[in-house]
Amino acid sequence: MIHPLIRQLTAEGPVATDGAWGTELQARGLEPGECPDAWNLTHPDRVQEVARAYVEAGCRLIMTNTFQANRIALDRYGLAERAGEINRAGAAISRRAAEGRALVFASLGPSGKLLDEFPEQALYAAFAEQARSLAEGGAGALVVETMSDLAEARIAIGAARETGLPVVASMVFDTGKNKDRTMMGVTPERAAEELTLAGADAVGANCGAGIAGCVSLCRRLRAATGRPIWIKPNAGLPRLIEGRAVYTTTPEEFAGYVPALIEAGASFIGGCCGTGPAFIAAVHRVIVQRLPSR
Amino acid sequence: MPDLTSLYTAILNGDAKAATAITKEALAENADPLEMVNRYMVPAMSEVGKRFECEEYFVPELLLAARAMKGSLELLRPLLTERGSEPTGRVVIGTVKGDLHDIGKNLVASLLEGGGFEVIDLGADVGPERFVAAVREKNANFVCLSALLTVTMPSMRKTIEALRAANLRDRVRVLVGGAPVTQQWADEIGADGFAPNASAAVTLARRLAAA
Ligand code: B1M
Repeated sequence: MIHPLIRQLTAEGPVATDGAWGTELQARGLEPGECPDAWNLTHPDRVQEVARAYVEAGCRLIMTNTFQANRIALDRYGLAERAGEINRAGAAISRRAAEGRALVFASLGPSGKLLDEFPEQALYAAFAEQARSLAEGGAGALVVETMSDLAEARIAIGAARETGLPVVASMVFDTGKNKDRTMMGVTPERAAEELTLAGADAVGANCGAGIAGCVSLCRRLRAATGRPIWIKPNAGLPRLIEGRAVYTTTPEEFAGYVPALIEAGASFIGGCCGTGPAFIAAVHRVIVQRLPSR
Repeated sequence: MPDLTSLYTAILNGDAKAATAITKEALAENADPLEMVNRYMVPAMSEVGKRFECEEYFVPELLLAARAMKGSLELLRPLLTERGSEPTGRVVIGTVKGDLHDIGKNLVASLLEGGGFEVIDLGADVGPERFVAAVREKNANFVCLSALLTVTMPSMRKTIEALRAANLRDRVRVLVGGAPVTQQWADEIGADGFAPNASAAVTLARRLAAA
């Protein structure tokens, strides 16, 4: 059964989601190696600025600055004990920015550990704590994203579902000569089947190797599941130009793929690393143009 | 020397249990540890590397094989040291400052160990001063730098500069790698070499060690 909220949202056609947070925060002074999620406590105003920009760009749903806010990933920064606070603050910031104009879909990223380095129960507990805190902060749905390992994705989906909120699950396909496997070797077909079985209300692909390859990924996911498809590609991979990481895909190029993605069956379309509000505004324009006029 | 094709196969299949059992048995039968490494373990790891490159193997298979190899190697190492067989080289490895990605770096470290190198792994987010201190303290002759983020690639340059400033640059070969790193970048920052994957890193280090 697809969660009614997801069914309702996608009933009238594709929905524009938001773009990247990490690279937007970097543009506002976040240093490499610094914990982005900690900014929910130390720089809530700048985080809210990013969220706000996405609402203004026309997103019907925005995410949260909580990608690495499970206690296992936070432990690398010595912040494991602040997991609850960081997630509650992250959800609350996005809610404030949305002002009821957009839904808040909260982000849960990977632990950063390979599964057998960590006992399954501890992993489950970490994701359950994060999911609970995001729900307490007011998230309307949870997004398990950027997963490479099916086992970890399943654990995170299970933990997220305990909140009763809708759960989106998305993996990163960026490995192999066709860039159609996750780093752990998972194909889109396998991902779609397994994520659906695990109880995800929507399944998808995010980050990866740019938007061009996402059209066929989307088609393959679509063919393997009855769930709505979530697509959030990055703006390609950055190049180092005069000491700065520069993403070379433009918002227009990016949005140029939106019709093909819709054709391929995408229900949610947004961006990942390197995309910003201008990308999402461009995506939103294409989606609106294509909606049947009434 | 008994036929240890089964050791080769165990490593190739990532079967750590079997690899350790076969190693113990072989040692009980007085097999030559150096020969075990060179005739069975190193070839197994290069086959693993090949399969990874042609996408028959992915990270899980690579990881299991590296562990199986490590398990046997731990049994053999004391015997190798006893006989005074010198490591091929002494490597200080780490992911550079600002960068927390360590999966690729860990694989490179295990394969280098399997290839006969002594490896000092400094972990991730390692600043130039820590590389300098480790090279000095451990008297290393290789430094391997890993970066997965475009924004942390400049940390590689800073590390090389720090080695130069500490008068250690001529004592070590600096090798670089990681998904966004290219040969061109290696040349630009004055590194001694670039490897696109873990098995290539071992081949490169062995070639430079022999030179
Ligand atoms: C001689 O010395 C040598 C020689 C060879 C060497 C070498 C050194 N080092 C590596 N090699 C070579 O040998 C290895 C084996 O063959 C190879 O190593 P690799 O590391 O390439 O390959 C590994 C075996 C498998 N690959 C990996 O382990 C990396 C996989 C991907 C999916 C990835 C992961 C897993 C993670 N991530 Co990150 N992550 C991505 C990655 C996408 C990708 N496919 O590369 C990448 C690298 N991440 C990225 C980003 C942006 C980020 N990540 C981040 C976080 C994470 C996790 C913590 C979730 C996790 C890391 C877990 C860990 N313990 O390492 C953040 C940064 C954190 C930080 N400060 O470091 C964050 C900024 C995301 C965010 N918004 O917070 C992108 C970087 C883009 C860029 N070029 O700048 C990215 C390419 C994803 C993408 N498609 O956009 C070779 O490169």
